[in-house]
Amino acid sequence: MIEQTSGDLHAALTAVGVGAQRIAALWWPSLWICTLVFCAVIAGLVLALTRRGRAQDGSTAAADDGDRRARLPIAAAVAVSVGLLVVLMALSVGADRALAKIDAAGAVEIEVIGHQWWWELRYRDPDPSRSFVTANELHLPAGRPVLLKLSAADVIHSFWLPTLAGKRDLIPGSPATLVLRVDTPGRHRGQCAEFCGLQHAHMGLLAIVETPAAWAAWAERQRRPAAPPGDARAARGLALVEQGSCAMCHNIEGTRANGVHGPDLSHLASRERLAAGTLANEAANLAAWITNPHRYKPGVTMPALTYPAADLDAIVAYLSELE
Amino acid sequence: MKALASTPVRRNSVPPTPEDRALLDATWRDPPGFRGWCMAVNHKSIGRRFIITAFVFFAAGGLLAALMRWQLAVPDNHVLGPDTYNQIFTLHGSTMMFLFAVPVMQAVAVYLLPLTLGARAIAFPRMNAYAYWVYLFGGLLLFAGFVFDAGPDAGWFAYVPLSGPEYSPGKRVDYWAQLITFTELSALLEAIIIVTTVMKLRAPGMTLTRMPLYAWAMLVTACMVIFAMPAVMFASTALLLDRLVGTEFFNPGEDGEPLLWQHLFWFFGHPEVYLIFIPGLGFMSAIIATFARRPIVGYVPMVLSLVATGFLAFGLWVHHMFATTLPDAGKDIFTISSMLIAIPSAVQIFCWIATLWLGRLEFRTPLLFVLAFFVILVLGGLTGLQLASVPLDLQLHDTYFVVAHLHYVLIGGAVFPLFGACYYWFPKFTGRLLDERAGRWHFWLWFVGFNLSFFPMHLLGLDGMPRRVYTYPAEMGWGTLNLLATAGAVLLAAGVLVFGGNVLRSLRHGERAGPDPWRGGTLEWATESPPSPANFDALWVVHSAYPLWDPQPMARVSGLATSHREVLVTTPGVARPDTRVIFPDPSPWPLAAALATAVLFVGSIYTPWAVVWAMIPVAATLTAWFWPSARETAEHLDVERAP
Amino acid sequence: MTPEPNRALDVAALPSFGFGHRSLTWWGLQGIVAIEATVFALAIGSYLYLATHAARWPPTEELPDPIWGSLNTAILLASAWPNQIARRRAERYDRRSAQRWMLVCLAFAVVFIVLRVFEFRSLGCRWDSSAYGSIVWMLLGLHTVHLVTDTWDTAVLALVCYTRPFETRRFVDISENAVYWYFVVASWLPIYAVIYWLPRW
Repeated sequence: MIEQTSGDLHAALTAVGVGAQRIAALWWPSLWICTLVFCAVIAGLVLALTRRGRAQDGSTAAADDGDRRARLPIAAAVAVSVGLLVVLMALSVGADRALAKIDAAGAVEIEVIGHQWWWELRYRDPDPSRSFVTANELHLPAGRPVLLKLSAADVIHSFWLPTLAGKRDLIPGSPATLVLRVDTPGRHRGQCAEFCGLQHAHMGLLAIVETPAAWAAWAERQRRPAAPPGDARAARGLALVEQGSCAMCHNIEGTRANGVHGPDLSHLASRERLAAGTLANEAANLAAWITNPHRYKPGVTMPALTYPAADLDAIVAYLSELE
Repeated sequence: MKALASTPVRRNSVPPTPEDRALLDATWRDPPGFRGWCMAVNHKSIGRRFIITAFVFFAAGGLLAALMRWQLAVPDNHVLGPDTYNQIFTLHGSTMMFLFAVPVMQAVAVYLLPLTLGARAIAFPRMNAYAYWVYLFGGLLLFAGFVFDAGPDAGWFAYVPLSGPEYSPGKRVDYWAQLITFTELSALLEAIIIVTTVMKLRAPGMTLTRMPLYAWAMLVTACMVIFAMPAVMFASTALLLDRLVGTEFFNPGEDGEPLLWQHLFWFFGHPEVYLIFIPGLGFMSAIIATFARRPIVGYVPMVLSLVATGFLAFGLWVHHMFATTLPDAGKDIFTISSMLIAIPSAVQIFCWIATLWLGRLEFRTPLLFVLAFFVILVLGGLTGLQLASVPLDLQLHDTYFVVAHLHYVLIGGAVFPLFGACYYWFPKFTGRLLDERAGRWHFWLWFVGFNLSFFPMHLLGLDGMPRRVYTYPAEMGWGTLNLLATAGAVLLAAGVLVFGGNVLRSLRHGERAGPDPWRGGTLEWATESPPSPANFDALWVVHSAYPLWDPQPMARVSGLATSHREVLVTTPGVARPDTRVIFPDPSPWPLAAALATAVLFVGSIYTPWAVVWAMIPVAATLTAWFWPSARETAEHLDVERAP
Repeated sequence: MTPEPNRALDVAALPSFGFGHRSLTWWGLQGIVAIEATVFALAIGSYLYLATHAARWPPTEELPDPIWGSLNTAILLASAWPNQIARRRAERYDRRSAQRWMLVCLAFAVVFIVLRVFEFRSLGCRWDSSAYGSIVWMLLGLHTVHLVTDTWDTAVLALVCYTRPFETRRFVDISENAVYWYFVVASWLPIYAVIYWLPRW
């Protein structure tokens, strides 16, 4: 019944992360117990409805001994229900304890800040010069724990990558943490799970789990300042970005664009999607997004910008170089 | 002191004479014409209005749901934009919870409780009229806001800070907050009315252990309303103050706490689910007993289960907050309490199955709707157990799995029994039966449509689809299941149309019912259909829980005034006749007071000073309401007698 | 269902009112008291929730000055006495005396409301300065609303008793009016403790 048309995993029961696996391990017994109970109740009902040999006389059985005869079966059914409930409770509490025990020693530390409607991701390093910032695309090393420090810049959001772990709310004023561990490389998709306003639907998050070596290489690239423009057109693009509206909200490391309100664009071209998973990161989409973001994400904070065609080309050319 | 014109006191005899009947009708009837309509206080007039209004809001809420399903039928759809969609899903939730589910249960009780308890009237009839008007104005306010593009858009749960002054500028959320104030005021007053009616106006001999299970269900519901609703009223008032006069209850920058909102909201919100569901349990017990032609097995366990559900419902609100930053150890306690509440529900289900097993069944439409409860509610209850588990909830919370679960519980637990109740009591309300064949069509359209619409949502949730999204990308692969859900919604809409058509047609052409078309066992069947303005020509004296099935004949009450609105008050435990009390006459003041209240509430959306100046008309109308007219004083003096 | 025509339970001799839980008014009032007590409990709960989650509570050095609040508490406690007398007299059908004591109650209530204004001024914070200010004003405001409505109730009831022909059921009204006042008194004590003494503790 469930079709999987993209390669990015997003079904909670396709559990890849350790947290999601421990939850899935609870799901199946709970499903079997519930199914058993459901079938038993329906069977009891069908038997009650189709039973033969009822009294057929006209008077209403106001006082018969039915209550007395029914007492034992009802008590037995309640006792069995209570027993199954206790099993469910024990399984649940056990799984909860297991979730709390995911070891965070030697974890990569990432600050996740929810914004209307995108994810700011700040990779922390004890050496501040090795810290870096990106957005909407989470890269994780396989086999190594990751400590997410969750907070919100405006309203409540909820961080959820179903194949990796259960969700966790990002609440203004109440920071939270979540430990992830994923042992195999792969691609996972999630999105904000707490209603956060107009574009709650377009607050996607991509998680790419890589081998430790590939992840280290990716992180190293992210630490570098933005690539300088490669040709005259891109240079013009940079100038337009620095002098125009872009720089008021966006940061591009190593340039004069130092805005703080929008996603960091220093390595925009290395990301697969634009606007929190809304569009594929291609030049045409980027141009369309810049000129009319509200077509794709009505109500988004980014304003529509009008540029002459040549200027827009230059900006797109520059941004497309920011690997 | 001027002399007062006094009416000669006439009292009823047993058996009732035609003169008794004529006098009773004249005494208890609401005045004619539009003026009389505005002054009505008879519980049947108010109840009928209340039920019709609630069903109109149900239809409106259903229409909103249909629009959402249309938008979500295919990926990347553009039928509705995010702004409209967010208003619509907020309005759908708010309408169904605040304008339909709770009010309709109280509305049915307003009509039915006095009949089923064998009383002349409902307690505090003017307050009852006022509660109806307040409810009506609150509902109209919400939809007026929507029509004029001020429809709230922060969800029916209105989480701060999204609903706060910074992230929801404009007046949209204020309309929502005041809708809450209106409807909660109405619900709280109705709760007081219901508790008083059940405790004090029962027929002589109807001890607490002979009270119909439906009345028990309503008593438990009303007590829950009294303790649950103040939480949301307090919260919505604080939200309004944050938005209107700059208080900082929920602003994390000034020591406020967004999580305080969630605690307050769910301290109300979880009992809310049960106070929608428990009246449904009352309908179940009434209908199963009649169509199995025997008393419900296990009266005492049934009552204890209702009471236990009422208590436990207050101990599990945190299971809506498992994904927040609350301490982990506390969450497991709420897992356990959330699972415990399954036990009283299980007891009741087993008792009903035993009743069906022992009884002689008549498969009429009301019973069909009640049987659907066993499939749908049980499934919803079981997914509820899964949601009560902290680890599972961390995956399922705020996904379509929850949407599926809550509709299984609320529609299976409340709406299916409510439709059953409509078929069951329609003859009592109107004197005519609903058509059986159309009833079966309605049932099957709903049963199939419901499962088609909501079962796929479980799978969507597991596949990672969050709630409250106005669209979703094609590559997620959620299209097919969503299309199925929309197809189910079409069947549900068709079912509602069949029901509406059946009601309209049967009002004129339905088979005549007579007083007791189903051979029921409780007192509402011991008077004509529809009942006369005074409900009973002479009150009954009862000796068992199903007095009409009692081999021992019932005695009747004599000596109650027919010329005055006199009501027999009995003692709370054993229902011994205690006092005779004069009930108030029809009055325009409840409507006037409700209008003044509406001015106060709506005015306070715009300026805090409205609370001050609109207090004057509110105080004036309430005083006029309380102020005795010469006629009323004379009536009281006619019959008064000190203990 | 075959009613026996000549079996009847005659109720003509029953009284037309009764005190306490025999009267419908008492039940309605208990409902209102339960609702309002829940609101007060939630407000105090919210105070405690906010206090335990704040870094500093109250956020400034200035604490509410307890002078007016304490004076008011004394008056409120004293006012239970005339209410008790009014109630006793009503239950003994002593109309004149009950009415007169109701006026005394009214006088107490009016004094209390006047002093309440000073109390608001002695809180030492504004409702919009911080969550602390908001919840303190909310607590005091909620109680004041009850005070004002009950004072109005008492005034209207007194007016009805003095200007309209006297119905004996008014004895029940006078008695229940006193019961509601006890609630206003009782609910004040925890609020008083929370507003004035909790921050000092």
